[in-house]
Amino acid sequence: MASSQSPGPNDEAIACPGCDLVQRLPPIPPGGRARCMRCGEVLASRSRDPFDRPLALALAAAIMLVVANTTPLMSLSAVGRHADTTILGGALMMWTQGQPLTATLVAFCTAIAPAVYLTLMCTVLIAVRRPPAPAWAGELLRLAEHSHVWSLPEVMLLGILVALVKIADLATVEAGIGLYATGALLVLLASLAASFDPRAIWGRILWAAQWMPRGSPGSDAKAGNGTSAQ
Amino acid sequence: MRAQPPSAAQAGLVSCRDCGLLSRAASPQAPGYCPRCGSQLHLRHPNSIQHTWALVIAAAICFIPANALPVMVSNALGSSTPDTILSGVNYLYESGSWPLALIVLVASFMIPLGKLMALGWLLIAVQRGARGGESQRMRLHRLVHLVGPWSMLDVFVATFTVALVQLNPLMSVVPGPGVLFFATVVVLTMLAAETLDPRLLWDRNGVDSHRA
Repeated sequence: MASSQSPGPNDEAIACPGCDLVQRLPPIPPGGRARCMRCGEVLASRSRDPFDRPLALALAAAIMLVVANTTPLMSLSAVGRHADTTILGGALMMWTQGQPLTATLVAFCTAIAPAVYLTLMCTVLIAVRRPPAPAWAGELLRLAEHSHVWSLPEVMLLGILVALVKIADLATVEAGIGLYATGALLVLLASLAASFDPRAIWGRILWAAQWMPRGSPGSDAKAGNGTSAQ
Repeated sequence: MRAQPPSAAQAGLVSCRDCGLLSRAASPQAPGYCPRCGSQLHLRHPNSIQHTWALVIAAAICFIPANALPVMVSNALGSSTPDTILSGVNYLYESGSWPLALIVLVASFMIPLGKLMALGWLLIAVQRGARGGESQRMRLHRLVHLVGPWSMLDVFVATFTVALVQLNPLMSVVPGPGVLFFATVVVLTMLAAETLDPRLLWDRNGVDSHRA
């Protein structure tokens, strides 16, 4: 049970998530990554700085997300009239124009999922600063990875650019602060993903099997306990 | 025929989908819970093929109204023009911005259609136990994952066009019923790419217990 903090030799055997081939992870140099020898899936990467840098980037991205959501993305002027919109303002307009489901999806992919993702990432990265981190940090990390799938600010930015070009024929459009903030957010999110090293984080989280007895079938929890592959 | 190296499932091992820990399965039918993160373990995603087929078929059905119905309706001085996805592409092309027309055509039409065909083909290959070409099918699976979210593009284009062009009574744009079907296609194909377990592409008939 000493394996909760120091990754021993036990942790080096891994099954590829893409093709299920069992293999031994080679020592990875900082900044390097290991790929599956059969299907080429990335098995693990090693960050130069797995704790401080992702936290700094996640905090910066969270601030940038607030800026991107509170300032106008773009404004339009035509025949003496002026209009502007924010990210959630776009979703709200979709709702009032009779498309509540689409509006919810847009709000989810552009604001809610990124906000959930960044909040959870900041919490997890703060929690693992003092190892061992409690098992709930693992739960949050799992939720963070699920919300990451639905966070699509990069697609939104391209969508806004296409909309700008389309409208440019009809009226004068101007990019707002929110658009630049979204651009900066994308850069921060990409660097966060690049410097994030889930193996290092999991290595600092207490094991569920020793932390809390599983409510569901007790034999299952016991069967898993301490029987990780050699 | 070259021998296949053993998969974790054949060796009685199971890797956690959430934290990646490799542990010994309690039994092939019920592998139990991950000792590290406590999530439920599965040798393969349960009912991966059935779920993926259901999502692909539902998406294929929604793809028809998504393209036939207008995604946006532009009202200008009393006249209203409905725009489907393809007529929107045509409009961009005729107004001289062919690179954008190409981006929208690829993201909104070719990617969803290509994804549906790719997923169908992968599913058929898994069900027939096709041998050879696993690497190519794996690459296709990865590509489906990578490009999938980009087909959400047209939903965002419609949203921000609608949000901005509200200069009543001179000119306004309202969303059409097609946008909901289109968003549904994108969400269903993204879910289908998640539920299709790539490890099935590498499994050989009879060795693994996932088909039960």
